[in-house]
Amino acid sequence: MLIAKVYITLKKGILDPQGKAVKGALHSLGYEEVKDVRVGKYMELTFEDGDLSLIKDKVDEMCERILTNPIIEDYTFEIVEG
Amino acid sequence: MKFAVIVFPGSNCDVDCYYAVKDGLVEEVEYVWHQEKNLSKYDVIMLPGGFSYGDYLRAGAIARFSPVMEAVREEAEKGKFIIGICNGFQILTEAGLLPGALRKNEGLKFICKTVSIIVENDKTPFTTRLKKGQEILLPIAHGEGNYYVDDKTLKELKENNQIVFRYKENINGSVERIAGVINKKGNVLGMMPHPERAYAPLLGNTDGLYILGSIVDNFVKGGV
Repeated sequence: MLIAKVYITLKKGILDPQGKAVKGALHSLGYEEVKDVRVGKYMELTFEDGDLSLIKDKVDEMCERILTNPIIEDYTFEIVEG
Repeated sequence: MKFAVIVFPGSNCDVDCYYAVKDGLVEEVEYVWHQEKNLSKYDVIMLPGGFSYGDYLRAGAIARFSPVMEAVREEAEKGKFIIGICNGFQILTEAGLLPGALRKNEGLKFICKTVSIIVENDKTPFTTRLKKGQEILLPIAHGEGNYYVDDKTLKELKENNQIVFRYKENINGSVERIAGVINKKGNVLGMMPHPERAYAPLLGNTDGLYILGSIVDNFVKGGV
Protein backbone atom coordinates (compact mmCIF):
# COMPACT_ATOMS: atom_id res chain seq x y z
CA MET A 1 0.00 0.00 0.00
CA LEU A 2 1.02 3.59 -0.51
CA ILE A 3 0.33 6.35 1.94
CA ALA A 4 0.25 10.02 0.98
CA LYS A 5 1.16 12.15 3.98
CA VAL A 6 -0.37 15.57 3.39
CA TYR A 7 0.68 18.62 5.41
CA ILE A 8 -1.54 21.69 5.23
CA THR A 9 -0.45 25.05 6.65
CA LEU A 10 -1.78 28.56 6.56
CA LYS A 11 -0.02 30.68 3.95
CA LYS A 12 2.79 32.88 5.10
CA GLY A 13 1.45 36.22 6.25
CA ILE A 14 -2.00 34.84 7.16
CA LEU A 15 -2.56 35.40 10.85
CA ASP A 16 -2.74 32.10 12.75
CA PRO A 17 -4.59 32.78 16.02
CA GLN A 18 -4.23 29.14 17.12
CA GLY A 19 -0.48 29.25 16.59
CA LYS A 20 -0.35 32.51 18.52
CA ALA A 21 -2.23 30.96 21.47
CA VAL A 22 0.05 27.90 21.48
CA LYS A 23 3.12 30.13 21.36
CA GLY A 24 1.78 32.05 24.36
CA ALA A 25 1.27 28.78 26.25
CA LEU A 26 4.79 27.60 25.44
CA HIS A 27 6.23 30.92 26.60
CA SER A 28 4.27 30.74 29.83
CA LEU A 29 5.84 27.30 30.43
CA GLY A 30 9.26 28.88 30.03
CA TYR A 31 10.04 27.86 26.44
CA GLU A 32 11.01 31.40 25.52
CA GLU A 33 13.24 30.11 22.71
CA VAL A 34 10.17 29.42 20.55
CA LYS A 35 9.96 32.35 18.16
CA ASP A 36 6.79 31.38 16.30
CA VAL A 37 4.19 28.61 16.09
CA ARG A 38 2.02 27.81 13.10
CA VAL A 39 -0.73 25.21 13.53
CA GLY A 40 -1.64 23.15 10.48
CA LYS A 41 -3.36 19.92 9.51
CA TYR A 42 -1.97 16.49 8.75
CA MET A 43 -3.78 13.84 6.72
CA GLU A 44 -2.91 10.32 5.60
CA LEU A 45 -4.48 9.06 2.39
CA THR A 46 -4.05 5.36 1.79
CA PHE A 47 -3.92 3.90 -1.73
CA GLU A 48 -3.59 0.41 -3.17
CA ASP A 49 -0.20 0.03 -4.84
CA GLY A 50 -0.23 1.78 -8.17
CA ASP A 51 1.58 4.14 -10.49
CA LEU A 52 3.39 6.57 -8.21
CA SER A 53 3.35 9.53 -10.57
CA LEU A 54 -0.37 9.00 -11.24
CA ILE A 55 -1.10 9.00 -7.50
CA LYS A 56 1.01 12.15 -7.07
CA ASP A 57 -1.05 13.91 -9.72
CA LYS A 58 -4.27 12.76 -8.07
CA VAL A 59 -3.16 13.96 -4.62
CA ASP A 60 -2.24 17.33 -6.11
CA GLU A 61 -5.68 17.53 -7.67
CA MET A 62 -7.38 16.58 -4.38
CA CYS A 63 -5.41 19.21 -2.50
CA GLU A 64 -6.34 21.90 -5.00
CA ARG A 65 -10.02 20.94 -5.22
CA ILE A 66 -11.04 20.16 -1.67
CA LEU A 67 -8.36 19.33 0.89
CA THR A 68 -7.07 22.90 1.02
CA ASN A 69 -8.47 26.36 0.43
CA PRO A 70 -5.81 27.81 -1.89
CA ILE A 71 -6.74 31.36 -0.85
CA ILE A 72 -5.41 30.86 2.67
CA GLU A 73 -3.58 27.51 2.75
CA ASP A 74 -0.45 25.86 1.32
CA TYR A 75 0.29 22.15 1.23
CA THR A 76 3.07 19.68 0.74
CA PHE A 77 2.94 15.90 0.67
CA GLU A 78 5.11 12.84 0.49
CA ILE A 79 4.21 9.32 -0.54
CA VAL A 80 5.62 6.41 1.45
CA GLU A 81 5.21 2.62 1.43
CA GLY A 82 2.65 1.59 4.04
CA MET B 1 -42.28 35.00 -5.20
CA LYS B 2 -40.92 31.78 -3.83
CA PHE B 3 -37.91 31.38 -1.56
CA ALA B 4 -35.84 28.19 -1.15
CA VAL B 5 -34.00 27.50 2.09
CA ILE B 6 -31.30 24.94 1.39
CA VAL B 7 -30.87 22.37 4.14
CA PHE B 8 -27.51 20.67 4.52
CA PRO B 9 -26.82 18.02 7.13
CA GLY B 10 -25.82 20.23 10.05
CA SER B 11 -27.67 23.40 9.02
CA ASN B 12 -29.28 24.92 12.10
CA CYS B 13 -30.58 28.32 11.01
CA ASP B 14 -32.78 26.85 8.29
CA VAL B 15 -35.88 27.16 10.48
CA ASP B 16 -35.04 30.80 11.29
CA CYS B 17 -34.74 31.55 7.56
CA TYR B 18 -38.01 29.75 6.84
CA TYR B 19 -40.00 31.73 9.41
CA ALA B 20 -38.30 35.02 8.58
CA VAL B 21 -39.66 34.62 5.04
CA LYS B 22 -43.04 33.10 5.98
CA ASP B 23 -43.91 35.43 8.87
CA GLY B 24 -41.51 38.36 8.42
CA LEU B 25 -41.97 38.85 4.69
CA VAL B 26 -45.21 36.88 4.24
CA GLU B 27 -43.86 35.24 1.11
CA GLU B 28 -43.81 31.61 -0.04
CA VAL B 29 -40.92 29.49 1.19
CA GLU B 30 -39.86 25.84 1.05
CA TYR B 31 -37.05 23.78 2.54
CA VAL B 32 -34.85 22.14 -0.09
CA TRP B 33 -32.65 19.18 0.83
CA HIS B 34 -29.05 19.42 -0.34
CA GLN B 35 -29.45 16.46 -2.73
CA GLU B 36 -31.79 18.46 -4.97
CA LYS B 37 -30.41 19.15 -8.45
CA ASN B 38 -32.90 21.66 -9.80
CA LEU B 39 -33.79 25.01 -8.23
CA SER B 40 -35.37 26.63 -11.27
CA LYS B 41 -38.82 26.96 -9.65
CA TYR B 42 -37.45 29.22 -6.90
CA ASP B 43 -36.92 32.96 -7.14
CA VAL B 44 -34.60 33.47 -4.17
CA ILE B 45 -32.18 30.96 -2.67
CA MET B 46 -31.09 31.16 0.96
CA LEU B 47 -28.09 29.27 2.30
CA PRO B 48 -28.59 29.21 6.05
CA GLY B 49 -26.19 29.19 8.94
CA GLY B 50 -25.10 26.19 10.92
CA PHE B 51 -22.35 23.63 10.76
CA SER B 52 -22.87 21.81 7.48
CA TYR B 53 -21.10 18.44 7.59
CA GLY B 54 -19.91 19.33 11.08
CA ASP B 55 -17.59 21.97 9.57
CA TYR B 56 -15.17 19.08 8.99
CA LEU B 57 -12.07 19.93 6.96
CA ARG B 58 -13.05 23.63 6.77
CA ALA B 59 -16.35 25.44 7.28
CA GLY B 60 -18.34 24.98 4.07
CA ALA B 61 -15.67 22.89 2.34
CA ILE B 62 -17.72 19.71 2.05
CA ALA B 63 -21.13 21.33 1.58
CA ARG B 64 -19.90 23.08 -1.54
CA PHE B 65 -19.73 19.69 -3.29
CA SER B 66 -23.36 18.86 -2.48
CA PRO B 67 -25.47 18.25 -5.61
CA VAL B 68 -27.55 21.35 -4.83
CA MET B 69 -24.54 23.64 -5.19
CA GLU B 70 -24.36 23.00 -8.94
CA ALA B 71 -27.98 24.15 -9.11
CA VAL B 72 -27.16 27.21 -6.97
CA ARG B 73 -24.40 28.07 -9.42
CA GLU B 74 -26.81 27.75 -12.37
CA GLU B 75 -29.39 30.02 -10.75
CA ALA B 76 -26.65 32.50 -9.81
CA GLU B 77 -25.64 32.67 -13.46
CA LYS B 78 -29.26 33.36 -14.40
CA GLY B 79 -29.12 36.37 -12.07
CA LYS B 80 -31.42 35.11 -9.33
CA PHE B 81 -30.91 36.48 -5.83
CA ILE B 82 -28.84 34.27 -3.57
CA ILE B 83 -28.07 35.05 0.04
CA GLY B 84 -25.65 33.05 2.18
CA ILE B 85 -25.75 33.78 5.89
CA CYS B 86 -22.96 32.73 8.25
CA ASN B 87 -22.22 29.11 7.26
CA GLY B 88 -24.00 29.92 4.00
CA PHE B 89 -21.45 32.69 3.40
CA GLN B 90 -18.64 30.25 4.13
CA ILE B 91 -20.10 27.79 1.61
CA LEU B 92 -20.37 30.49 -1.08
CA THR B 93 -16.70 31.46 -0.65
CA GLU B 94 -15.60 27.83 -0.71
CA ALA B 95 -17.64 27.34 -3.89
CA GLY B 96 -15.93 30.34 -5.48
CA LEU B 97 -19.25 32.18 -5.92
CA LEU B 98 -17.89 34.91 -3.65
CA PRO B 99 -14.29 36.08 -3.23
CA GLY B 100 -12.23 35.55 -0.08
CA ALA B 101 -12.22 33.04 2.75
CA LEU B 102 -13.33 32.93 6.38
CA ARG B 103 -10.74 32.08 9.00
CA LYS B 104 -10.97 31.37 12.70
CA ASN B 105 -11.84 34.46 14.72
CA GLU B 106 -8.80 36.48 15.75
CA GLY B 107 -9.52 35.93 19.46
CA LEU B 108 -10.27 32.21 18.89
CA LYS B 109 -13.60 32.56 20.67
CA PHE B 110 -17.00 31.69 19.27
CA ILE B 111 -18.77 35.07 19.37
CA CYS B 112 -22.52 35.19 19.95
CA LYS B 113 -23.94 38.68 20.43
CA THR B 114 -25.68 41.56 18.72
CA VAL B 115 -23.31 43.99 17.03
CA SER B 116 -23.43 47.25 15.08
CA ILE B 117 -23.15 46.87 11.33
CA ILE B 118 -22.43 49.76 8.98
CA VAL B 119 -23.99 49.76 5.52
CA GLU B 120 -21.29 50.30 2.94
CA ASN B 121 -23.26 49.86 -0.27
CA ASP B 122 -26.96 50.76 -0.47
CA LYS B 123 -27.24 50.11 -4.21
CA THR B 124 -27.48 46.31 -4.06
CA PRO B 125 -30.82 44.49 -4.35
CA PHE B 126 -30.29 43.44 -0.72
CA THR B 127 -29.79 46.93 0.72
CA THR B 128 -32.13 49.38 -1.01
CA ARG B 129 -34.14 49.81 2.21
CA LEU B 130 -30.93 51.09 3.83
CA LYS B 131 -28.72 54.15 3.39
CA LYS B 132 -24.97 54.15 2.97
CA GLY B 133 -23.38 54.79 6.34
CA GLN B 134 -26.52 53.68 8.23
CA GLU B 135 -25.89 51.70 11.38
CA ILE B 136 -28.04 48.66 12.09
CA LEU B 137 -27.97 46.01 14.79
CA LEU B 138 -27.75 42.34 13.89
CA PRO B 139 -26.90 39.19 15.82
CA ILE B 140 -23.70 37.33 15.00
CA ALA B 141 -22.87 33.78 16.08
CA HIS B 142 -19.69 32.37 14.62
CA GLY B 143 -16.27 30.92 15.39
CA GLU B 144 -14.95 31.38 11.86
CA GLY B 145 -16.03 34.77 10.62
CA ASN B 146 -12.65 36.36 10.17
CA TYR B 147 -12.88 37.45 6.53
CA TYR B 148 -9.72 37.37 4.46
CA VAL B 149 -8.89 38.60 0.98
CA ASP B 150 -5.48 39.38 -0.46
CA ASP B 151 -4.60 43.00 -1.25
CA LYS B 152 -5.24 42.64 -4.97
CA THR B 153 -8.75 41.22 -4.44
CA LEU B 154 -9.48 43.83 -1.77
CA LYS B 155 -8.69 46.53 -4.30
CA GLU B 156 -11.09 44.92 -6.78
CA LEU B 157 -13.79 44.67 -4.12
CA LYS B 158 -13.46 48.38 -3.47
CA GLU B 159 -13.39 49.34 -7.15
CA ASN B 160 -16.56 47.34 -7.82
CA ASN B 161 -18.35 48.39 -4.62
CA GLN B 162 -18.57 44.78 -3.50
CA ILE B 163 -18.14 45.47 0.22
CA VAL B 164 -21.73 45.65 1.47
CA PHE B 165 -21.42 45.58 5.26
CA ARG B 166 -18.68 46.31 7.79
CA TYR B 167 -18.62 45.75 11.53
CA LYS B 168 -18.56 49.07 13.34
CA GLU B 169 -15.83 47.74 15.59
CA ASN B 170 -13.23 45.06 15.00
CA ILE B 171 -15.13 41.95 16.12
CA ASN B 172 -13.26 38.99 14.71
CA GLY B 173 -10.17 40.25 12.86
CA SER B 174 -11.79 40.52 9.42
CA VAL B 175 -9.82 42.45 6.82
CA GLU B 176 -11.07 46.07 7.01
CA ARG B 177 -13.89 44.88 9.35
CA ILE B 178 -15.74 43.35 6.38
CA ALA B 179 -18.98 41.62 7.43
CA GLY B 180 -20.59 41.02 4.04
CA VAL B 181 -19.68 41.05 0.35
CA ILE B 182 -21.52 40.73 -2.94
CA ASN B 183 -20.41 39.22 -6.24
CA LYS B 184 -19.45 41.44 -9.15
CA LYS B 185 -22.75 40.88 -10.94
CA GLY B 186 -24.59 41.99 -7.80
CA ASN B 187 -26.97 39.09 -7.18
CA VAL B 188 -25.08 36.88 -4.71
CA LEU B 189 -24.64 38.22 -1.18
CA GLY B 190 -22.71 36.61 1.66
CA MET B 191 -22.75 37.94 5.21
CA MET B 192 -21.79 36.67 8.65
CA PRO B 193 -24.48 38.57 10.64
CA HIS B 194 -27.95 37.01 10.84
CA PRO B 195 -30.80 39.15 9.40
CA GLU B 196 -33.13 36.13 9.70
CA ARG B 197 -32.80 36.29 13.48
CA ALA B 198 -34.07 39.86 13.54
CA TYR B 199 -37.42 39.96 11.74
CA ALA B 200 -40.03 40.48 14.47
CA PRO B 201 -40.59 42.76 17.48
CA LEU B 202 -41.00 39.59 19.55
CA LEU B 203 -37.34 38.79 18.81
CA GLY B 204 -36.37 42.24 20.03
CA ASN B 205 -35.07 43.38 16.68
CA THR B 206 -36.48 43.95 13.21
CA ASP B 207 -33.37 45.33 11.49
CA GLY B 208 -33.01 42.13 9.49
CA LEU B 209 -36.13 43.11 7.55
CA TYR B 210 -34.23 45.97 5.92
CA ILE B 211 -32.20 43.33 4.11
CA LEU B 212 -34.82 40.63 3.56
CA GLY B 213 -37.42 43.24 2.58
CA SER B 214 -35.06 44.79 0.03
CA ILE B 215 -34.93 41.43 -1.74
CA VAL B 216 -38.73 41.50 -2.13
CA ASP B 217 -38.71 45.13 -3.34
CA ASN B 218 -36.15 44.37 -6.03
CA PHE B 219 -37.52 41.05 -7.20
CA VAL B 220 -37.48 40.51 -10.94
CA LYS B 221 -38.99 37.28 -12.26
CA GLY B 222 -36.34 35.04 -13.79
CA GLY B 223 -33.37 36.95 -12.39
CA VAL B 224 -31.64 40.28 -12.91
